[in-house]
Amino acid sequence: MSHLTVRIWRGADEGEFQDFSVPMRENQTVLDVVSEVQRTQDQSLSYRFACRVGVCGSCAMMVNGKPRWTCRTHIRSLKSSVVTIAPLRNMPRIKDLVTDMSGFIDKWGRAGNVFESQRDRGDAPALVDPSSPMRKVADAAIECINCGVCHAACDVVSWNDAYLGPAALNRAWSLVNDERHSGKKETMMAAMGDGGCGNCHSQGNCMAACPIGLSPTRSIAGLKKMSLMSLLGGSDA
Amino acid sequence: MPNPMFEMRLYLLQRLTAILMLPMVIGHLATIMYATRSELTAASILERTQSSPWLVVFYTGFVILVSIHAPLGLRKIMGEWLRVSPKLANRISVLLFLGFLGLGLRGVWALTGGTMS
Amino acid sequence: MTEHRINLSYLAFLMHRLSGLALVCFLPFHFLVLGLGLEGEAALDDMLVFTQQPLVKFGEWVLVVLFSLHLLLGLRVLVIEWAPWPQQGGLRSGWVVIAGLIALALGWLFLDGVMS
Ligand code: SF4
Ligand code: SF4
Ligand code: FES
Repeated sequence: MSHLTVRIWRGADEGEFQDFSVPMRENQTVLDVVSEVQRTQDQSLSYRFACRVGVCGSCAMMVNGKPRWTCRTHIRSLKSSVVTIAPLRNMPRIKDLVTDMSGFIDKWGRAGNVFESQRDRGDAPALVDPSSPMRKVADAAIECINCGVCHAACDVVSWNDAYLGPAALNRAWSLVNDERHSGKKETMMAAMGDGGCGNCHSQGNCMAACPIGLSPTRSIAGLKKMSLMSLLGGSDA
Repeated sequence: MPNPMFEMRLYLLQRLTAILMLPMVIGHLATIMYATRSELTAASILERTQSSPWLVVFYTGFVILVSIHAPLGLRKIMGEWLRVSPKLANRISVLLFLGFLGLGLRGVWALTGGTMS
Repeated sequence: MTEHRINLSYLAFLMHRLSGLALVCFLPFHFLVLGLGLEGEAALDDMLVFTQQPLVKFGEWVLVVLFSLHLLLGLRVLVIEWAPWPQQGGLRSGWVVIAGLIALALGWLFLDGVMS
């Protein structure tokens, strides 16, 4: 049986790659390989996963330099006998393949991404017409599961600490298009603030990387347009 | 505390100057192409440039816009690639703006209205 | 470039930024040359003779190409940001190639003028 060389990051921000050799199998994902190393060669290897089937988004890592969901990346598709696996980019490293995602989550919050409603439990559920233009726009962005892959792919995130990043802004875009959200003004203020949408250079890395094919670039372009309207509209929001 | 929309306003200013310059840049390219096909001596250039008042307006506008647009771009590069602090980057950008504006207007003046021997 | 950045759209960004950077470096010199008119025709004529050198002409050609490139890639950014997005794609990545070709065509037009 032929073998695969796996280079796995060990340590935190300081650390180095360690090489392992794993048997090549007919069907094998990157996550399978990481699990196999941990079970059969080094039990101290740390990494995250939950669903193994592309639902939770917790298994994201850099695979051969690209951020991806490891459970949805087949070794075969990489067409390489050496696979380099590192923790997600643009996040502090805790240990091995595990990153500290709190900064990423904080930015998610800072982008005004808290849903607010004027309704309470006594009210009937809001009726949102699925064919309304706003809902359609929100639909295109709403499936995000906050995995951080796009955040890791974006160079502006790595260059500018203040930048909220594609995931947070994509979420802001789906919220300002949610007719039930009563905090639109706050969300817009955050999306237009110092770390907001004006920082994006439309590099499109986020769009190329998102495992479910969302387009944060498009959402950010939507926010830019809306910012123009609101700044021209006189008021500051 | 600076205006929270400061960054956004500069971003929009960058796009606005870009849009206004679009036709100007095309005009400037056309001018270049025309110039390479005509006599290039100081006397002939100045004769052409001094005889048309709209050139003054066109290039004065162009200089002002480019003096805004270019430092805004550099400001981003300073922040993102050189990690210059926002405050310093802002200051340098203002200086660059004034420098470009001064030099540019001087150049326009020289070609269209300045001293002639 | 690590692999995740090999993407036409990223290339467009890089070319846009680098061409802008080059143009901005050239700008003060351009203005200074124009200002030579203030020192009389002789100074400007000296400069015009200087620009006849092949190397300087080559430099001018580069500038014309970069100038056109910056214009076209800027147009792409404006379209991405302000025009409606199509169902699929939307990054107008092909513009990089088209922008490059048009810029080279304009560069050729410039050279043709210089040679004539
Ligand atoms: S937009 Fe896509 S890549 Fe980004 S966090 Fe959401 S699901 Fe992940
Ligand atoms: S399109 Fe914007 S958010 Fe997405 S990777 Fe590029 S710069 Fe980052
Ligand atoms: S483990 Fe849940 S998406 Fe990969």
